[in-house]
Amino acid sequence: MLVRSFGLNDFIFLLESLRWTLVLTAIALTLGGIAGLFIALARVSPLMPLRLATAAYIQIIQGSPVLMILFLSYYGLSLIGFQLPALVAASISMSIYVSGYLGDIWRGCIEAVPKPQWEASECLGMTRVQQFRHIILPQALRIALPPTTGFAVQVVKNTSITSIIGFVELSRAGQLINNSTFQPFRVFLTVAAIYFVICYPLSRLSGWLERKLNVGSSH
Amino acid sequence: MNYQFQFGVIANYRDELLSGLLLTIQLSVSSIVLGLALGIMLASVRAMYGGLIGRIIKLYVEVVRNTPFLVQLFIIFFGLPVLGVRVDATAAALIGMTINLGAYTTEIIRAGIDAVHRSQVEAGQSLGMTTYQIYRHIIIPPAIAKVYPALCSQFILMTLASSVCSAISAEELSSVTAQIESQSYRSFEVYVIATLIYLALSMVLRGIFALVGWYLFKRRPKLKLAPAVEGA
Repeated sequence: MLVRSFGLNDFIFLLESLRWTLVLTAIALTLGGIAGLFIALARVSPLMPLRLATAAYIQIIQGSPVLMILFLSYYGLSLIGFQLPALVAASISMSIYVSGYLGDIWRGCIEAVPKPQWEASECLGMTRVQQFRHIILPQALRIALPPTTGFAVQVVKNTSITSIIGFVELSRAGQLINNSTFQPFRVFLTVAAIYFVICYPLSRLSGWLERKLNVGSSH
Repeated sequence: MNYQFQFGVIANYRDELLSGLLLTIQLSVSSIVLGLALGIMLASVRAMYGGLIGRIIKLYVEVVRNTPFLVQLFIIFFGLPVLGVRVDATAAALIGMTINLGAYTTEIIRAGIDAVHRSQVEAGQSLGMTTYQIYRHIIIPPAIAKVYPALCSQFILMTLASSVCSAISAEELSSVTAQIESQSYRSFEVYVIATLIYLALSMVLRGIFALVGWYLFKRRPKLKLAPAVEGA
């Protein structure tokens, strides 16, 4: 094949592949977020074994590279007999990764709600579920918003790692184009610019929320 | 499930695993040292001068923090040779890791500098210290002490992220693991072992950082306070 130049068609291919980066991010944040919520709840539960088990889970996920989680789900599941499409392996591993971090972030947010709030709602005769549902959760959500938005940036960036198992998202598309154009600067700087356009507003939003919500709580 | 686990097979590759782990450790330690130095320097320069230099540093921080490490590696590894600079995969990995970690470190230390009270600077000025001396002796040490936990988390994240360097075939742990996988066909076993090694590495690092932190930031003030308490 003749070496061609990085052109409009390649740019369109990058934008089309960006769709898979966004789909994967959405799946990871949704599934990982649901699992992360349960992990955060288990981390603050009165049951000691539940607390220990989820603490261990968080330690293991935060102590392993995303790439290894990815390979383990990719090869681990195929070994039980499932021949997985890359999207499924990527979704599972990214969700596991997200659950380990969001579980820990949200635990911190729940614990950041002042203890007297639990005690006051207990005095009102609420059950533990009611206390959590009506008193703690709304306040924890507010605290959780800035770090969760900030973590979403990490998720968008880390979906690039799934390109290593051949999942064609933005980074993999960049690699494919570079292989046929040999214009690494144009290709990868464009790829980086596209990531930046997604991530930078999220970072700014996270910082803005943090300032705004901090001002609110200090009064 | 009729799969027979054969973790024993992996023992044949322990030399390869060891050499991979060694490179991972070398890359991590070097990038931590270089990245920290870069971060301290850039955060100080930004705080001291501001203006155009400050904006350029901020741009560097924001660009690196909002793009994937993998893409940064690709730009360095595939891009530098086009400029006529020959880099092997290991050098590209080290450059990439340092640039990446340097940006995060700059941002973390900047937060630490912001947290140091303004009156500290004024106290230094009234002693006739130069701006450099004020940063070197009065601002940077407490700034780093304040953000030390965040710095350590970032160092561990970088150590784990070094696994991504296998994508440019730097011969570190995950790259070696992938080679063993293709030779032994024991995919699951070899990745379990590699994950356990990374896990152990991050725990050891956390332990070392805790010890260093205790030595640097906890012990010294106590030793200084001790005579005063005795005197009282």
